[in-house]
Amino acid sequence: MAVETTARAKVRWGLLDVLVVVFAMVPVLWIASLSFKTPATLTDGKFIPREWTLDNYRTIFETDQFVRALVNSIGIALIATLIAVVLGAMAAYAISRLDFPGKRLLVGVSLLIAMFPQVSLVSPLFEIERQLKIFDTWPGLILPYITFALPLAIYTLSAFFKQIPWDLEKAAKMDGATQAQAFRRVIAPLAAPGLFTTAILVFIFCWNDFLFAISLTSTERSRTVPAALSFFTGASQFEDPTGAICAAAVVITVPIILFVLFFQRRIVSGLTSGAVKG
Amino acid sequence: MSINATPTGADVAADETSGSTGQRATVPTQRGSRRKSPLSENKKAERKLGLLLCAPAALVMVAVTAYPIIYSFWLSLQRYDLRFPDQREFIGLENYVTVLSNEFWWTAFGVTTLITVVTVAVELVLGMGLAIIMHRTLVGRGLVRTSALIPYGIVTVVAAFSWRYAWTPGTGYLADLFSDGAPLTERASALAIIMLAEIWKTTPFMALLLMAGLALVPEDLLKAASTDGATAWQKFTKVMLPVMKPAILVALLFRTLDAFRVFDNIFVLTAGGNETSSVSMLAYNNLLRGLNLGIGSTMSVLIFITVAIIAFVFVKLFGTAAPGSDDSERR
Repeated sequence: MAVETTARAKVRWGLLDVLVVVFAMVPVLWIASLSFKTPATLTDGKFIPREWTLDNYRTIFETDQFVRALVNSIGIALIATLIAVVLGAMAAYAISRLDFPGKRLLVGVSLLIAMFPQVSLVSPLFEIERQLKIFDTWPGLILPYITFALPLAIYTLSAFFKQIPWDLEKAAKMDGATQAQAFRRVIAPLAAPGLFTTAILVFIFCWNDFLFAISLTSTERSRTVPAALSFFTGASQFEDPTGAICAAAVVITVPIILFVLFFQRRIVSGLTSGAVKG
Repeated sequence: MSINATPTGADVAADETSGSTGQRATVPTQRGSRRKSPLSENKKAERKLGLLLCAPAALVMVAVTAYPIIYSFWLSLQRYDLRFPDQREFIGLENYVTVLSNEFWWTAFGVTTLITVVTVAVELVLGMGLAIIMHRTLVGRGLVRTSALIPYGIVTVVAAFSWRYAWTPGTGYLADLFSDGAPLTERASALAIIMLAEIWKTTPFMALLLMAGLALVPEDLLKAASTDGATAWQKFTKVMLPVMKPAILVALLFRTLDAFRVFDNIFVLTAGGNETSSVSMLAYNNLLRGLNLGIGSTMSVLIFITVAIIAFVFVKLFGTAAPGSDDSERR
C-alpha cells in the first residue's frame, strides 16, 4: 500500500479531483460569465466574456422588483431559520436527552415530513392561506419553510447533542441548577457550533425554495428572488432579460458560495450526521 | 415511528400506560430535593419538560402538513374552481375519475417516473464514485469537498437558468454540441437536459450520504481483505457494499422521494412544454394557472399516496431503517 502512495497515485487522484471540481463549477462560472457580458456579446456563446461590464448588476439594483425580492428573500429566510432552529433545538434536546411518551412518534412524524411531497400542500395551503389572509405575506411563506426545515433541524441537532458530554450537565444540576438552567448555562454554549451549522443548512433550504415561493405569493410584496427570477422581464419590456437574470442569479449565489467556502467541514458533518446517523 | 424496535421501546410504551395524563406533576424546583426525591418525581418532571419542549415543533409540523393534507382530501371531493366559485359542490370521487382517466396525468406520471428512475440510478453510481473520491483522495480533499457542496447549496432555479442558457442556440456554449437546432424544444433532448440538471444538482447530496456510510467501513476489514488477495472490485462488492447497505438504502429512499418532486428545473427549462411536465408541474398548473382547487387537490392527494407507497415499499421490502428511528438511545 505505502509504495503505491506515490507520485503516480497522487496524479491519478489529482486528475479525479480536477474532474470533480470542473463538474461542480462549470454551470456556476457560466452564469457568472453571462452576467458580465455586454448586450452585444451576450449571444456569442463564448464561455469567457470578450467585453466585461457591470451594467447588468447596475440594472437589477435600479429596479425595485429585484431589490424588493432580495429583501423578502433575506428576511423570510432569516426569520424562518431562527424559528426553526429554536424550535428544533428544543425538540432535539428533548429527544436526545429526556425520556417521555410520544418521543418516537415525534421522530417518525418529522421523518415523514422530510419525505413529504411539497406539492401536495400547495393546493390546500393556497386555500387555507387565502382564508386566513396570509396569502402573499411573509408569514405565509415562513410557516411552510419552518415546517419543512424542522425535520432537518431536529435530526442534525439531535446528532450534535448526542456528542456533548452530559456529565457536565449532571454536575451543574448537582450544584443546584434546574434542568432548564443546566441547559441554558452549560449545554447551550457547547451546542452553539451545532446550532450554527444547523442554521446554515436550514438557511440554504429556505433560500432555495421555489415551489412555495411561486405558489403562495402573487405580488412583489413577498416574492423571493428565485420566484422573482422566473418572472423577471428586465428593466424595460423590450429588453432581453438574460443579463439581468444572470446578475440576479449571481447575487443570490454569492452567500451560498461564501457559506460553503467558510463552513465546508461543518456543512459536511451536519449533513452526514443528520441524515444517516440520526 | 415503530419502524424499528429500540431497546427502550417497551419502557416508553409502559410509561404511556401508567398515565401521563392525570397528574400535573409538582415539579421539584427547590434545591436539595433533586437527588433524594423519589425517582418517579424526577421522571414526571422529565416527561413534562420533554413534552413541553417538543410541543411547539410538533404543533407546527402537524398544523402545516397533517391538517392541510386532510383538507386537501376534502377539497378533492368537490367541484371547486375559483373562476366559478358559485358552482362549488360535493361530487364524491368524480375528480379522481377525471384525473385518472386523463392522458395528461399519465404522461406527467410517466415523465416523473422516468426522471426519478434514471436520475436516481445515475446518481447512485456517480455519487458512489464521488463519495470514494471525497473519502480517499490524497490531494486537495478540502477543495474537492468544497466544490462538491456547491451544487448542493446553489439555488436550483439559478442552476436551471445556467443550463437553459447553456443549451439555448446562439447564447450557449453547449447548444452547438448537437447540430440539430434547439435541444430544449424537443421532447427527448429536453428530458435528457432536465435529467442532467437534476443529476448535477443532487449527486453531491447522494455522495455525502454515501460518504457517511463509507466512514462506517472498518479499515481493518479492508486490510484483511487485501492481505487475503482481494482485488479492489472484490473489496468494494464483498466488504464495502454490505457494510454500507443501510446508508445506501437511506440515500436511495431520500433521493427517490426527492426526485419524484421534481419541479424547479422543469419550470425553468421547458415550463412543461412538449409533454415534459412532471406531476408537480401539472398540479401547480391546475392550481395557479387553472385556479381549479378541486382538480389541483385531487392531484395533491394522488401524489401524496404515490410517495407514501414508495416509502412503504422501501421500508418494508428493502428493510430501510428510518434514520433516527433505531439508534436514538444507543449512544
